[in-house]
Amino acid sequence: MNGPDTFHDNARAALADASLQARLARTLKDGFRKKRLKGMGRMPEYDALRDRARDIKADALDRLDALLVEFEANVVEAGGHVHWARDGAEARDIILTICKDAGAKTVTKGKSMITEEIGLNAHLSANGITPVETDLGEYIIQLRNEPPSHIVAPAFHLSKEQVAETFKACHDGLDADRDLSDPHALLVEARARLRATFLAADVGITGANILVAETGTALIVTNEGNGDLTQTLPPVHVAVASLEKIVPTLEDATTLLRLLPRTATGQDVTVYTTFFTGAKRGDDLDGPRDFHVVVLDHGRSELLGTEFRDILRCIRCGACINHCPIYAATGGHAYGWVYPGPMGSVLTPFFKGLEAAHPLPSACTGCGRCAEVCPVRIPVPDLLRRWRVRAFAAGMGGAAIRWGLGLWAFAARRPGLYRLATRVAARILKRMAGKPGALERLSAPQGETFFERYKRGER
Amino acid sequence: MKPRVGLFVTCLVDLMRPNVGFAALRLLDTCGVEVVVPENQTCCGQPAYNGGDMENARAVARDVIAAFEGFDHVVVPSGSCAGMIRVHYPKLFDADDAWRARAEALSAKTWELTQFLSVHLDLNQPLAKFRASVTYHDSCSGLRELGVKAQPRRLLAAVDGVTLRELEDTEECCGFGGLFSVKHPDISMSMADKKADRVEAAGTDVLAGGDLGCLANIAGRLKKRGSAVRVLHVAEILAGMGFEPAIGEGEDGA
Repeated sequence: MNGPDTFHDNARAALADASLQARLARTLKDGFRKKRLKGMGRMPEYDALRDRARDIKADALDRLDALLVEFEANVVEAGGHVHWARDGAEARDIILTICKDAGAKTVTKGKSMITEEIGLNAHLSANGITPVETDLGEYIIQLRNEPPSHIVAPAFHLSKEQVAETFKACHDGLDADRDLSDPHALLVEARARLRATFLAADVGITGANILVAETGTALIVTNEGNGDLTQTLPPVHVAVASLEKIVPTLEDATTLLRLLPRTATGQDVTVYTTFFTGAKRGDDLDGPRDFHVVVLDHGRSELLGTEFRDILRCIRCGACINHCPIYAATGGHAYGWVYPGPMGSVLTPFFKGLEAAHPLPSACTGCGRCAEVCPVRIPVPDLLRRWRVRAFAAGMGGAAIRWGLGLWAFAARRPGLYRLATRVAARILKRMAGKPGALERLSAPQGETFFERYKRGER
Repeated sequence: MKPRVGLFVTCLVDLMRPNVGFAALRLLDTCGVEVVVPENQTCCGQPAYNGGDMENARAVARDVIAAFEGFDHVVVPSGSCAGMIRVHYPKLFDADDAWRARAEALSAKTWELTQFLSVHLDLNQPLAKFRASVTYHDSCSGLRELGVKAQPRRLLAAVDGVTLRELEDTEECCGFGGLFSVKHPDISMSMADKKADRVEAAGTDVLAGGDLGCLANIAGRLKKRGSAVRVLHVAEILAGMGFEPAIGEGEDGA
């Protein structure tokens, strides 16, 4: 996979990929965007709720330390364990140890961006444990050895024909000529495969959409029920979450839950909303014997003290991605890391370094649609601009543009010189614009500047 | 005493399309205000601001503030330049900087042209005649930073002969984005092509808009494919000055 540093080339390849372009056009516009509008339409208090959600997350960030301590106490009270991981390596080792202690050979996984972020699957595989993704989209891209292209719909960049090909290549022991043209047939086949895995798994690993301090609850929303099977069937359940997922109360959690599915997929509620609180109790019919929560920092506490703090309010709904015209042109893989689109372009430079990722914050026209649709009102264009300020100060982004900006600013601050320069430029542009060459894309100007004509007395 | 209005021409209108500036002058003259065009104006500073060059953005902003703070209103025939002054100038200066208060004062009295016209123009008086079907592209900054949406449509509807038809995905960015189009030309062009597809599908004679950057960007793609759609700034139509070669067509109309 290409990285964020090769965004330009990645984007060019994506633009030339007709199949991807068709999937992007259909899924974003007719799928996500329309569904969100419908979901909002049923909810007149939507905007007031966004203010509330923003305040809940901002308040939680203000007292993260106290809330996390409260969370830990309540998880322990409910019979669970909390593990603190400073970074990805620590989190991977903690999870590996839990798996080894459980004698695990196979691990089922609910869809989780955080385990993508820390590269968990590769680490488990390298240590002889087989992780199996159980969300259909994640399952498909795991078979194809691809990263997700979207944080909510990880495999939407693939056509059903591509998925059928993948299944035929990866699912052995089945009739090679079976008919997989119907999406339902794909679903049935994946389900049959996964059923056996669910029953055989020694450990189940999920993410968490929200952590609730007052109850020690980790909470996920899914539409496939795979998260529940991942949590309930194996004897050990590990929930992995970064620390900004915490909210104080169940009331706060349910407020966020009113927004998250509506904004993400237009659903009033997801098919499954699951609250994990502790391990199986004495008279419970099912549930894990051991319940672990791995709370991961991985830079969040550092981010908290920066001008990018607001991005920690993000609830990973994907709305900014779905409405970004740049993402709609390039798809998610072009961004070169786990989180694509506007929220990803804020996060990636922090995790991967600005040197490598500086093309991402500049891949923004400032259209403002991401901020318009954000359920927790993150000022994404401002955050991207702040990265551009840092990139400019560090001398990144191409000498020609920096040189041009300097020249322009020099003239713009001197109206007399500026008038002269624009008079010349207007004439050159008129002759060259639109003709084959460097200025072909430019529209031709009228030829004389406004101020030339105005000075002559024209009105 | 008549309110004094400073016209911020914008660098793109100055360089590319003076017609828009003269159209804005003509329209403001009919609003019963005294219009002045300060001659020491150049650009609002967006290239530096969006390029991350805060030092130059601040320097240019200070010049604009000094040149325009004496007026009762500042009117700008561009949503993105008006948005720069209204929304972004105050953010350029720290709270304890004396320029912050001056930026906020200028921000409060700066208007995008159709915002100002929709309040001050007497729509009972007939506007210009312009016999054409028109579709309107909502430029992002005007739309989302200033709430410019109904105003240009209401004004265009008052022009004798204009039939308005909505553009599909009219709120989708055209891909210009100033420096963005220089830094990411391939993505920019693909976005402009999508926009040009929509414009052609709308099937109108004219594409109108309030931002010259976006209009020139779309016009370039339309011309490339030999489209007959003419691209005009909304001010040109409102002022009855939409008959010169349209945006991007050059003086000879080629």
